[in-house]
Amino acid sequence: MRLDFSGLDPVSLQRPCSAEAGFDLPSNPIGSAPSFSLPAVADLDGFEQAAVDMVKPLHGTTTLAFVFKEGVIVAADSRASMGNYISSQNVKKILEINPYLLGTMAGGAADCQFWQRNLGTRCRLHELGNKRRISVTGASKLLANTLYSYRGMGLSMGTMIAGWDETGPGLYYVDSEGGRVKGKRFSVGSGSTYAYGVLDTGYRWDMTVEEAVELARRSIYHATFRDGASGGVASVYYVGPDGWKKVSGDDVGELHYKYYPVSEAAAELEVEMKEASSAS
Amino acid sequence: MECLFGIQGDKFTIIVADTSQVQSIVVQKTEEDKIMLLDSHKLLGTIGENGDRVQFSEYIQKNILLYQFRNGIPLSTAAAANFTCGELAHALRKNPYYVNMMIAGYDPEEGPSLYYLDYIATLHKVKSGALGYGAYFVLSLMDKYYSKNMSLDAALDLVDKCIAELKTRLMGAPPNFVIKIVDENGARELAWRKTVEDINGPRPTPATPIEVKSPPRHISFRSPSPSSKERKGKGRQK
Repeated sequence: MRLDFSGLDPVSLQRPCSAEAGFDLPSNPIGSAPSFSLPAVADLDGFEQAAVDMVKPLHGTTTLAFVFKEGVIVAADSRASMGNYISSQNVKKILEINPYLLGTMAGGAADCQFWQRNLGTRCRLHELGNKRRISVTGASKLLANTLYSYRGMGLSMGTMIAGWDETGPGLYYVDSEGGRVKGKRFSVGSGSTYAYGVLDTGYRWDMTVEEAVELARRSIYHATFRDGASGGVASVYYVGPDGWKKVSGDDVGELHYKYYPVSEAAAELEVEMKEASSAS
Repeated sequence: MECLFGIQGDKFTIIVADTSQVQSIVVQKTEEDKIMLLDSHKLLGTIGENGDRVQFSEYIQKNILLYQFRNGIPLSTAAAANFTCGELAHALRKNPYYVNMMIAGYDPEEGPSLYYLDYIATLHKVKSGALGYGAYFVLSLMDKYYSKNMSLDAALDLVDKCIAELKTRLMGAPPNFVIKIVDENGARELAWRKTVEDINGPRPTPATPIEVKSPPRHISFRSPSPSSKERKGKGRQK
């Protein structure tokens, strides 16, 4: 006696084969899922995660922002890396959400760009609906709530929302775990610890805009000097009562020689002196 | 290393929380207020993952206020604690909130009370309790020095003992703490214990506690009495 297992077979909507039906059927008839071959690896989930991680750029970054008497300063480096490979030296990590709001980018570039663009549209809708600009508090909470609703689903971002609203300057840190922290000074990314060092010691509330811009530039420079995953251009933005303005963008390599001019090496000096003495 | 503890004393309860916001090895902030005023006579101290912490405590606060607006009677502390516990337990097997909390309140009949509630929704009514890594040091201190119906001064002495112990023994001890009190006069901030001052420019004006004006108890929202209909009629004539 044989048991009939046909009831356990997957239900297929396949019609009678083409020869019987007398017409051609598509090789992938409606009802059966399209298929493709899988990578030949033992741990498929692990492989896919590794593949995603490999192409997820911007894992090394230095971004910083701080509030002071005159407004908010936002600064960042411009390097994008994929593991050991530097994939770009010209990334705009400071995203212009609207003329009064800036966002910074750390973590996944696509996540940051997509959700900050999304935030931009929602801020504009708020403006159209309420006839006034959204506060920094409100904008950051919109983003935080969105990210919180996607928590644990693989988003990766650490962003600062900085801007100027009716209450003056505002600064929030928002991340993909749904955290949202109000503060006066933040730095995010792999180089953030180095940036914090310079920023914290140089920070004063009553700086001039020029001093503040220089402090931000200097902090980014020192972070790029020590952190291999940060580099490129140190760009600095200032947000005041009239909205944001890009203040500077300096190649950190050139900044290095500006801050630490190379004095002529002893050997070269010797050669020059010898040449001078033999000529005379 | 987060710390949260509470002490119930003579006609008052105090909750103490650290005020550090930490992201891996970076201290992002040392003035993050982790004790929320739920309503005029309730405190909710929370520690845990920042996103969950803020999201969950705001959810609880809003629902407690909603209850009050709908029914005209505030939730008792016990009811609020059990409600919070229920919400946490409900979420536990779906998308758990990683939040531990201490709930303190003052009710006219009950007097002061204190509840311990952890992220796996264990609810305990306690006289003193602690959560977070700080609990390992502070619990024994509170067991030894706690006395029933202790005065506010004695309780604050105990709080300072606890903070001193944390600073000597706990690795990565938080620099600043906030102390809040609830008694018959309401829930409010009592003091800060600071060793680090952020260079923050002028201090922002502290968040004003939400003023909950509950309607007098005789007004029912569910079935308007004839007298209230009359009032409506008069309003229209104007």
